[in-house]
Amino acid sequence: MITLKTILSHWRRSPLQFLVLILGLAMATALWSGVQAINEEARQSYDRSAARLTEAALTRIEGRNDTDIPLIDYVSLRRAGWLVSPVIEGTLATGRDEILVIGIDPLTAPTALSAVFSEGNDATPQFLDPQGVAFVAPGTPNELGETGPRLIETPEIAPGVMMTDISIAARLLQQRDPSYLILALDQPSDLPRLEEIAPNLRLADSPSADLDRLTDSFHLNLSAFGFLSFAVGLFIVHATIGLAFEQRRGMFRTLRALGTSLPILVAALVLEVTVLAAIAGGLGLTLGYFLAAALLPDVAGTLRTLYGANVDGALSFRPIWALSGLGIAVLGAWVAAAQAIYRVINMPLLAPAQPRAWALASVRSLRLQAIGGATLVISGIGFAWFGGNLVTGFLSMAGILIGAALVLPGVLSMILTALTSRATSAKTEWALADLRIQLPGLSIALMALLLALSANIGVSTMVGSFRATFNGWLDQRLMAELYVRADSNDQAEDVRAFLLPRVDAVLPVSFTERSYQSAPIWVYGVVDNASYRDNWPLLDTVSDAWDQLYADEAILINEQMALRHSLAVGDPLSLPNGPELTIAGIYSDYGNPTAQVIISSRLLYATYNDIEHQRTGLRLDPADIPAVTEALRSEFSLAPDAIINQSDLKAQSVAIFDQTFRITEALNILTLAVAAFALFSSMLTLSNMRVPQLAPIWALGMTRANLAGLELVRILCLVALTWAVALPVGLGLAWVLLAVVNVEAFGWRLPLLFFPADWARLLGYALVASFLATLYPALNLLRLPPAQLLKVFSNER
Amino acid sequence: MNVRVLLLCLFWTNQGLTQGFSGLGTDAVGYAIADREYQITFPQDHLAHPDFRIEWWYITATLTGADGQEYGIQWTLFRSASRPGGEPPETIWADPQIWMGHAGLTTPDRHFSAERLARGGIGQAGVTGPPFEAYIDNWYMRASGDGIDRLDIYAQGTEFSYQLDLQANGPLIFHGDAGYSVKSPEGQASHYYSQPFYEVSGVLILPEGPVSVTGDAWLDREWSSQPLSADQEGWDWISLHFDDGARLMGFRLRGADTDFTSASWIDADGTVTAYGDGHLELRPLGLSDVEGREIPTEWQVIFPERGVDVTVSAMNPNAWMDVSFPYWEGPVDVAGTQSGRGYLEMTGYAAE
Repeated sequence: MITLKTILSHWRRSPLQFLVLILGLAMATALWSGVQAINEEARQSYDRSAARLTEAALTRIEGRNDTDIPLIDYVSLRRAGWLVSPVIEGTLATGRDEILVIGIDPLTAPTALSAVFSEGNDATPQFLDPQGVAFVAPGTPNELGETGPRLIETPEIAPGVMMTDISIAARLLQQRDPSYLILALDQPSDLPRLEEIAPNLRLADSPSADLDRLTDSFHLNLSAFGFLSFAVGLFIVHATIGLAFEQRRGMFRTLRALGTSLPILVAALVLEVTVLAAIAGGLGLTLGYFLAAALLPDVAGTLRTLYGANVDGALSFRPIWALSGLGIAVLGAWVAAAQAIYRVINMPLLAPAQPRAWALASVRSLRLQAIGGATLVISGIGFAWFGGNLVTGFLSMAGILIGAALVLPGVLSMILTALTSRATSAKTEWALADLRIQLPGLSIALMALLLALSANIGVSTMVGSFRATFNGWLDQRLMAELYVRADSNDQAEDVRAFLLPRVDAVLPVSFTERSYQSAPIWVYGVVDNASYRDNWPLLDTVSDAWDQLYADEAILINEQMALRHSLAVGDPLSLPNGPELTIAGIYSDYGNPTAQVIISSRLLYATYNDIEHQRTGLRLDPADIPAVTEALRSEFSLAPDAIINQSDLKAQSVAIFDQTFRITEALNILTLAVAAFALFSSMLTLSNMRVPQLAPIWALGMTRANLAGLELVRILCLVALTWAVALPVGLGLAWVLLAVVNVEAFGWRLPLLFFPADWARLLGYALVASFLATLYPALNLLRLPPAQLLKVFSNER
Repeated sequence: MNVRVLLLCLFWTNQGLTQGFSGLGTDAVGYAIADREYQITFPQDHLAHPDFRIEWWYITATLTGADGQEYGIQWTLFRSASRPGGEPPETIWADPQIWMGHAGLTTPDRHFSAERLARGGIGQAGVTGPPFEAYIDNWYMRASGDGIDRLDIYAQGTEFSYQLDLQANGPLIFHGDAGYSVKSPEGQASHYYSQPFYEVSGVLILPEGPVSVTGDAWLDREWSSQPLSADQEGWDWISLHFDDGARLMGFRLRGADTDFTSASWIDADGTVTAYGDGHLELRPLGLSDVEGREIPTEWQVIFPERGVDVTVSAMNPNAWMDVSFPYWEGPVDVAGTQSGRGYLEMTGYAAE
């Protein structure tokens, strides 16, 4: 007890150190647990979705061209023996919000689906009540009023969703025809073919059958960031605990000399670390919760735009999450303290407490560390080169990042040695040599900084490359000035006839959905127009691709299709129920998850009969857009969003794109902030320890202001050097992200582009952050009483 | 609790549920009530009676295959109103009628069953005519010509299907008082008529292949709003074809204290004599363990007025209709003072 009290008294004397330790661990825990909370929330949402039918892995029957299913078709299918169940689904505006109403038919629905109606025994009998009941997520406000069904809350329903009987959904949505049908797993044998009963319907996989797989990469991404932040945070803890232990060497020695046994001392130290970790962990959890709550709407937005996954924007508190967060904080603190405690165990009882010795001893391990780091970097590159899936992609990134961090002190030491030998003045030489001695103490913080900087460069290069490519691609792809969507194919014909004399070119968008090797594929037909020849963004092609295409000999496929089926230019490809064509080009098709091919419009119409061509692209003088829009509106009754011009469409696309990476950028900045804090804590540590080294220089005539200034400059130099090392590491990361992770997660490869202005800005941020981090220790030095410097000489230990 | 089970509670009483279910027995407010004065007329009474709470079209057939094997099949369409009619529903999906199809196929050592459910109003299930047709999904009971003398029936499960032609060679039979069939001492009643004189030919599709069959079939038509009294927990029902051409329909409704029995004796020429409570005696002889229940699959049927004392035993004691609301229904063999074949239905036997 006395032992513990004595040990803890240290913190009373060094409140700042205490604060740094607590804050460091709290920040690390906050980022980690925040990301975990986000992931967990999203996963829960998916699970709820999986429990309900929209996202259940059930095969559906849909209308071709995404129309509703005529009721007569549903009845015809049932009467032909098909075990299908109707669903009426639609969005309903309720006061401020909107809610997705899903109406199922429990009489025909697969048992798993109607299971939700079994929730709450009292509710079930009213299921067929004319007013009826509807199941919603807990906390859903009733904004439907008297006419709506009675709401029953159940955690099995995702937020923003109302599940009810199909008759209620039909009434609320004013819809008679089913939105789609779900197909029971077991069907009788010898069923008549779907085409024979309802030629306008098609089998389709549930839209989110592979939602898990798709979103996995996104969550892996988040987890990687969370872990990175946690690792950076642990560096802080390691540095602070190391310092606290070093400063208490004398105390430990005294305690041992007074008869405290080693086990008791170690137990007290472990207890101390645990208690501190618990405090910091608790604080971190609170921070993490608020962080997650702040970021979640963005994440939800990203998941919705990118994958169509519905995730609640509100965060719920889960005890298991809090426990695991605390656990990892304690575990992390133990890991960070392990080395320090190990030293205490091995400390010779009577050896003098010498901080310098510790610093010097660490230099010896530098080489080992560098070798280990280099091995990691090389294996990381190997993973990227030979792996080629998402997991090896992330392993590769981890290898490169951690390896580079381990190599960093060695590299910096080499650079400093080289510079020292070239130093012309004694002052410079001393400054460089002293910096080298400082390096082991600072290396932890610099490694943390390297991690943050590299991740930042990597991610921003990836996002920047993506955005630049995407914008360029949009410019090419959106070649028509105006896009019109008619309500029906017939109306589209009229629209085009009406427009023909009024614009430069009319480009009908004709397509049909088929299946290719049991995956959906969209077959587009294009008319012969220079717009396509000049603008269509082809990644790989033969010289006369378009001529071959219009001669009905060739086909263009999108990148996703090429990757998925391992197709290349020159390969033959048989159209579903159509002729065999040669692949004459592969085009980029960002943001589209499905496979797509382009043939000539003539061939499309000759091969298929159910073609949707409601949309039309128009080439015209941009000055004519208002007039043509006006003419269209007065001639046809078109939906408000049926006419859209190029720039609006582009703006919408770019907005969706930005949404996608908002969370990544937020985490990026937070990681950098944690790294700056790590630097601050290390500087604080060092500035206290360095008085003995500075005293002789001061005695030789350098003023305290000189010393403080020199201190600042040297740290800024170190940070700049670290940035210089981080640059290639970050670009390596970006390459892995673009060439491995993106290809796996999204199905498209992107060129690596360089953004020197961004790097310069990052260097600026890093310098400002480290300047701020060093300012306080430097000011301390400036105000250091000369008496204390003198004491170094009188107080020989 | 499965929603379907609850839906099916609308069809029957406390089967499988705890005691005290009173829905069908007493509370029939808003529904039409069976009326002793009602004159059953055709063709309209072959069709649905949506004002009544429940109704069924029920065919059972004892068959012999070209392979010499004995078979039995059941084809049933149930209708249940989830609420009394009134104003037309706001959407087509909110029709109060719920339809349920059950099909069974029994061999001496196997029993198959299948079930279909549908809501009314959309054309997925219903009864139309003339010409008469009762259907749910791709199952049908379809008449050719007027009336229901010639029927074509079809049903399909995951492992079986059958298609049979039925030809009546006798008149329709009206139970009780000209089709007014009393079900309890308190006076609960239904409208009930049958066609017990069908000759059958057709094909059963079994997992191992098709079998041609011939035999006898029996159609029951019944509609009511309160077929059971509050304390009745189930029934045992038989329809027997004796070798001499006579037929017997009888049932026993099991009350908490006393049972209620009823019977119709049908001569070979179609002359029917109705017997009220207490004439027919149904005495369980042997119990079988079926799906965790003790079920009497062997009975002594005593009917002194007609000199009948026979043993009725299940061809396959495991003729368990494994539908969302299960019961026993299967072919039986008759031996004793008379011999013949028939069908036995038993409901309301709770699991142990």
